[in-house]
Amino acid sequence: MPPVLRRLILFLTRHIDGVLLSAILLLMFTGLLVLLSASNGNFVRTSGQLGNMLVALGVMWLFANIPPHYLQRLALPVFALGCALLIGVALFGEIVNGARRWLHIGVTRIQPSELMKIALPLMLAWYFNRNEASLKLRNYVIAALMLVAPVALIARQPDLGTAILIMASGCYVIFLAGLPWRIIIALGVAGLTSLPFLWSVMHDYQRQRVLTLIDPTSDPLGSGYHTIQSTIAVGSGGILGKGWMNGTQTHLDFIPERTTDFIFAVYAEEFGLLGNAILLLLFLFLIARAMVITANAPTLFTRLLGGAITMTFFTYAFVNMGMVSGILPVVGVPLPLISYGGTSLVSICLGFGILMSINTHKKLVQT
Amino acid sequence: MSDLSINPGIEIRDSERELQRFRGRLAMLGIFVLSLFGLLLLRFFYLQVIQHGHYSTLAEANRISIQPIAPHRGIIVDRNGIQLAHNYSAYTLEITPSKVPDLNATIDELAEVVEITPRDRRRFRKLLEESKRFESLPIRTRLSDEEISRFAAHRYRFPGVEAKARLFRQYPQGEMFSHVVGHIGRINQKEVEQLESEDRLANYRGSDYIGKTGLEQSYEKFLHGTTGVEEVEVDSGGRAVRTLSRTPPVSGNNLVLNLDAKLQEIAYNAFGERRGALVAIDPVTGGVLAFVSKPGFDPNLFVDGIDPQSWGELNGSIDKPLLNRAAAGTYPPGSTFKPFMALAALFYGKRTPQQAISDPGFYMFGGHRFRDDKVGGHGMVDMYKSIVVSCDTYYYVLANDLGIDPISRFMAMFGFGSRTGIDIGGESAGILPSSEWKMRRFKQKWYPGETISVGIGQGYNSYTPLQLASATATLANDGVMFRPHIVNYVEDIRTREKSLIEPKPLRDLALKPEHLKVIKDSLIGVNKEGTSARVFADAAYVSAGKTGTAQVIAIKQNEKYVESRVAERHRDHALFIAYAPADKPTIALAVIAENSGFGARAAAPIARQVLDYYLLGKVPQKPAETDDN
Repeated sequence: MPPVLRRLILFLTRHIDGVLLSAILLLMFTGLLVLLSASNGNFVRTSGQLGNMLVALGVMWLFANIPPHYLQRLALPVFALGCALLIGVALFGEIVNGARRWLHIGVTRIQPSELMKIALPLMLAWYFNRNEASLKLRNYVIAALMLVAPVALIARQPDLGTAILIMASGCYVIFLAGLPWRIIIALGVAGLTSLPFLWSVMHDYQRQRVLTLIDPTSDPLGSGYHTIQSTIAVGSGGILGKGWMNGTQTHLDFIPERTTDFIFAVYAEEFGLLGNAILLLLFLFLIARAMVITANAPTLFTRLLGGAITMTFFTYAFVNMGMVSGILPVVGVPLPLISYGGTSLVSICLGFGILMSINTHKKLVQT
Repeated sequence: MSDLSINPGIEIRDSERELQRFRGRLAMLGIFVLSLFGLLLLRFFYLQVIQHGHYSTLAEANRISIQPIAPHRGIIVDRNGIQLAHNYSAYTLEITPSKVPDLNATIDELAEVVEITPRDRRRFRKLLEESKRFESLPIRTRLSDEEISRFAAHRYRFPGVEAKARLFRQYPQGEMFSHVVGHIGRINQKEVEQLESEDRLANYRGSDYIGKTGLEQSYEKFLHGTTGVEEVEVDSGGRAVRTLSRTPPVSGNNLVLNLDAKLQEIAYNAFGERRGALVAIDPVTGGVLAFVSKPGFDPNLFVDGIDPQSWGELNGSIDKPLLNRAAAGTYPPGSTFKPFMALAALFYGKRTPQQAISDPGFYMFGGHRFRDDKVGGHGMVDMYKSIVVSCDTYYYVLANDLGIDPISRFMAMFGFGSRTGIDIGGESAGILPSSEWKMRRFKQKWYPGETISVGIGQGYNSYTPLQLASATATLANDGVMFRPHIVNYVEDIRTREKSLIEPKPLRDLALKPEHLKVIKDSLIGVNKEGTSARVFADAAYVSAGKTGTAQVIAIKQNEKYVESRVAERHRDHALFIAYAPADKPTIALAVIAENSGFGARAAAPIARQVLDYYLLGKVPQKPAETDDN
């Protein structure tokens, strides 16, 4: 092999984690197969998604090559920017479909809550790392405040799905940072007792979704429709599934949003329980590898960040599959690496890029 | 990090312990992940193994289909129960484009069996552009029984074509009520988004139509009703085999109006060939008795989607039949503004009723000569006479004395220049001029000379006939103002429960009775011995009125307006406001007849016919003639 080529390959693969990458590629391949079926064999849409994947992999490579301490330095400014944009949305945001989520900046419009998905764990990891030597209860309280403020802004938009996901990512960080058990238990009790209050401040459509979860047939034309149809799709798939491109629920137009949030219904209908088990194993494999990287990360910052990325990925997958199979309410969460759509792909791969960076830069930190 | 160098031993041991603790927590999260994935697997097992039979029955053998059942739309009747909008059942021939390979060939073949006009084809094309391919679209509506049986015999030739029994909306009164009742039409994409954002889309799953204009639009929520649901098992061909459960739809509520259909008809016909508008209001409640905008159009054309040619004719017509003149058309009020000006003078204490001016037939201001209608003037003119003979000079002087902003503030109390809040959409605000308005509109200051013509209802003044009628009703009701409303009550079709649209007093202008008496006496004088005396000569009731003429084009200051020399569309608008009986008014109205000359001549006779019918039940034999003597 000529030395130039060898140098190029080294340059491309130096910071890539092969195990993580192969799991990601397998999931992406599965995603393309399902998308082809979900879009009734639409090659344009499928190749569009392929393009998204290439972009996402590029972003992953880029972040794998950024040493973690650069990110550490960026944590505070990125978080401040995210908060400023969220306040901007609350004041001047554009209302689309009844929710104030978008902000116009010059030529384009952005959804700052997307930025917050990465900015918040970054910030909390940075904060705990900074105070590592002397973590006191006060630090957890401050961390909780940094978490609750943006989450409240996003929940007010209203965008409950994103708010819950960001809340979860923050909670993972705080938990991993070693929040004492007595406080965790106390919070758990307090949380349960405040449920009635939460119910009273929820929007009508949010309550409707919870009610629909308990009894989907109470609103068969409205919010229950998605759940009824996707549950039928999953259930009718059986053990081996109806076969690729053969799902009747899918191809007779019964599953709404079947290329995006409900793509798992298509998968489950066509590949059955066996397929589902394989998919769960694939996700589990990816998560396990990410946890190993996290467990061996060199600093508190990288440990917490890695843990947050891993657990957020898990939360996406669990919430989406739970929603499609009818055990969680319908919230707009895509199935990571499978659902159609560039934004979620890029942000997921960005996270894995960071994990790879954590794993491949640790020698540099330790020396 | 810097601590490391100070006491490495302790720190390393400490961070070693920290790392162990972190790994412990991470392991717990690992267990958390495993158990939740385990939960998912259990759920999949439950759905895909235990309940598999149930769900595959639903999905495959007898695909369950949830079919919406559209509710009957509420009907609209006038105060006496005469139907203005109702439904009837008829057959339509519908095509599902996605099931038909060659649309043109199919339609050509269909035309051999039932009649399909070029208009039907044009309308179908337009619907096709606007809808998705798997929706079924009507190619022919209102088929006769004979046509249905002929189609049934040939049905095998037309896959993808179905005869369906549907409910149709019909407006039996046609163009007379087109602007007030409005019409429904097929739901478009924008309306779908609107419904979605209001979380009402689910209720429209079975509905093809939605209110587009008039009452049909503004009372959509009441009229539509609640969609029912039928769960049916369907075979592989999509045909219903068995009904599993059924929640019947709830019909929409009926609207009972304050409008009097017969009065509306008389008012509409009184205009003859002229264009214009008339609004009649019950001054004590604000209930709208008649709401005419002429010419109208046939709202039935819009129900199933208007064909492009008919649309072009309506939209391009110089008569503007689609314009709701009564609520959206704005006109200078002309001399009908004078009684309000006189009231303003009393209100501000700028005039006493007895104070008189000597009218030379013009008023000089800033080197400009403001002409009175009567050459040589009216002589000595007090307030009563100024209204009865409609003396311009009196109001030129008065306007100058009051100043634009006090005038503006006073007129705003009567609702001039702001929407009345009537219960249909598309209302214009009109223009109530003020110095602040001019600065906003033209970025210029107000010139005192501009105030003069405002005094006689010209200048920048521009109001809707509805505002004028509402102001007249307020005057008739001694300054207590109501929001005009067309609907009297909404009736629940099942319980017969009536929810009254409460007369809503907007405000009490707190006008002094002695001031009101002066103005009201003067208005009686107008119909007794003034500009419209001849029109009301033999009336069996005492009425109050005021004529008005609004210039369409400006006349040079020394030129005289000669009707025959002016193109028809540039002729003056005739206006008339009135209420009756004068002592205890039950009806107040405003009329505008476009390009018809003096108010006394063209508009007052229309008002007379309306008042005669409303108060005496007298039905006129022909349109109101112009009073040309």
